[in-house]
Parts: sequence; C-alpha cells; structure tokens
Amino acid sequence: MASLRDIKGRIDSTKKTKQITKAMEMVSAAKLNRAEENARAFVPYSEKIQEVVASIATGGGDADHPMLKSREVKRTGYLVITSDRGLAGAYNSSILRNVYQTIQKRHNSADEYTVITVGKIGRDFFRKRNMPVDKEIVAIADQPDFADIKDIAAETVQLFTDEVIDELYLYYNHYVSAISQEVTEKKLLPLTELNQGVKATTSSYEYEPDQEVILENLLPQYAESLIYGALLDGKASEHAARMTAMKSATDNADDLIGDLSLKYNRARQAAITQEITEIVGGAAALE
Amino acid sequence: MKTLTVSVVTPDGPVLEDAFEMVSCKAESGELGVLPGHIPMVAPLTISAVRLKKEGSSERIAVNGGFLEVRPEKVTILAQSAEKPSEIDVERARKAKERAERRLQTKQEDVDFKRAEMALRRAINRLDVFENNF
Repeated sequence: MASLRDIKGRIDSTKKTKQITKAMEMVSAAKLNRAEENARAFVPYSEKIQEVVASIATGGGDADHPMLKSREVKRTGYLVITSDRGLAGAYNSSILRNVYQTIQKRHNSADEYTVITVGKIGRDFFRKRNMPVDKEIVAIADQPDFADIKDIAAETVQLFTDEVIDELYLYYNHYVSAISQEVTEKKLLPLTELNQGVKATTSSYEYEPDQEVILENLLPQYAESLIYGALLDGKASEHAARMTAMKSATDNADDLIGDLSLKYNRARQAAITQEITEIVGGAAALE
Repeated sequence: MKTLTVSVVTPDGPVLEDAFEMVSCKAESGELGVLPGHIPMVAPLTISAVRLKKEGSSERIAVNGGFLEVRPEKVTILAQSAEKPSEIDVERARKAKERAERRLQTKQEDVDFKRAEMALRRAINRLDVFENNF
C-alpha cells in the first residue's frame, strides 16, 4: 500500500493539473465565443458571393471557365485543416484518420495525390508517413483574418489553374455545437455543384466588361472564400473540442482527487489505529 | 432624391450598409457611376477608392480585390478588404509602401514583382483615401 506521503503528493499534483485544465477550459470557451462571432461575420460575404457566382455560372448559359469543368483526374489535392496544438480531444486525430484512410483507399502511389496542410499537427502527421506535402501553413491566429489565409488559399487555387492538381478536396471539422463537431469532406474544385441550395436566378446581369473576365476574377475569389469559411468553421470546432476535452479532464481530476482523498484518509486512519494498538499493547506488556 | 442601399461586405464582416444617392468607382474597364434604377450588373473593381455620395457630401472607402453587384435598388460591394478612412492603419500602410518600393527596386530574380506591385498599389490606395478625407 502506498505511503501517506505518496498519496499526498499525488493529490497535490493532480490538483495542480486540474488548475491548468480548468484555466484552459475557460480560455477555450472565450475563444470559442469569438470564433463563433467571426464565423457569423463571414456569412453575409459567403452568401452573397455564392449567389453572384451561381447566377453567373448558371444564368449565362455560355459560361465557360476551367474551374467550372471537370477534367480527367491525374492528381488530387487534399487541403486538410488541423490545429497547431494538441490537447483538443479527438479534433485532430479524427480528421487525420479520415483523410489517411481515404487516401489509402483511393490512391495507389504517392504521385496521384498531394496534401496541403493547415496547422502543425497535420503537417507532422503527413511528413512522418512520407506523404507529399505540397504546401503548408502553421501558426494561424486563433481569430484569423482573411489576410492570414489569403496566400495559401490563392496558391492552392493556382495549383488547380496550373493543372498541377485536377481536383481539390477540403477536409475540416464542421462546427455543429459546442459538444459536437463532425469531419466534413467537401469537393472544392472543380466547382461542379454550384447551383445546389441556391434559388433559381432572380435576375440576369449585365457584365462589365464581359462574362469571361468576371468569372476569371470571381471564381478564384469564390474558391478562396470557401477555404476561409472552412478555416473559420475549423477554428470554432477546435476551440469547442479543446473546451470539451479540458472539461472532461477537469472532471476526471475531480474524481481522481476524490478517490485519492478517500485512500489517504483510510491510510491515515489505519496508521492511527495501528499506533493505538501498539501503545495499548505496550502498556499491557508493562502491567 | 432617390437613393439606393449600398452594402460593403468583406470576409471579416460587413463594413458598411446605408442609403446613398450615387456610387462611383473604378472598375477594371474604367470609371463607373451608378445611380438608383441602374440595370443589374456585375463588374470587377480595381484596387481603388469607392466614392459614395449623399446630400452633397461624399464618403470614400478603400477597396481591394472587389466586386460590384448592382440591382435597381441595391448595390453590393464584395471585397477581400474594404476600409473607411477612420479604420485605415496609416503607419502600416506607409511601411507596406516602403517595403514594396524597396522590393521593386531590387533587381533580384527571386522577387515576386507582381505581388510587390499589388502590395504597393494597396498601400498607395489606402494612403490616398486616408489623406484625401481629412
């Protein structure tokens, strides 16, 4: 049986761990609030750009742009959004497992795909497995600006335009609620599912100067905005996942402290009982 | 006087929504003025200032990577970034301008001239909007 000192030590260290997890839980809760706000602020932009893109792409009839057309797939790009830090429960592992299994299933050799990672955990995961990581970005702020992500989004879209990749999938954790996030796969490019969920064109537009130039400008922006949207969604999920993970860690620490206190008291009592027995025994021997 | 609703939205949130009498801006194909009742139209904007007129006064907004969507009673400007003069970080814009100018002057091969040029144009635009408003 562990000595009193040992148990005392464990209780103290568990208490300290609990303080940290409790603090992290509260920090994540605050960050989650801000992340939710950011995601909300982005909604008007994304809705509007989707509306315009859909009405141009479907309304014009002769709309023709490489980004709208499927072509033979020689190489697939996977954009995976993970976090920089761990301690977020299953946030990273579930998404990475999902991507990894999908890649194993769909591709036979490393030439057929490439991975673009956001976040350190994702980068290290694919590096360790010798999978091609084409581009990476780490150290994204907790409340990212569009400017932070713009470069990698633009470069990724450029990969498609340059025909380095022929389709692009986006993987991120969709924020359902504070306790539930689900891994989402989204086919980003080519943009073949534009008119889904958008009501039929309400008005036809004049184009200045013409449709092609507009699409040329608008489509990359649209794709970039989708990536940014996924990032915001992913950030909200990350904070939520971390908050939940830290909450259960705190609860576990509470349980552990309870158990240990019980053990400690029992041990203390046993020691006292033993001492009394010894004293009584000693006194009896003297008589 | 008739007005039209103008809203400016960016990925980081809406910047402005209000009624104005006229919108004038610089599209890729040239200067463009929009009055209420304009036919529906879409046009890409250059890195420039959008001027919004209301009751004799005008407001300027620095826009970068934007789009103009016109409906008869509503104008929406979608931009990667858009700032009112009061929101512009002048110090940062000045620094960005200097940095971009330095980059453009170096004769090295590995400098991305196109990006530096865009950065320079954004910085100049911000400074211009800021200075002409006060």
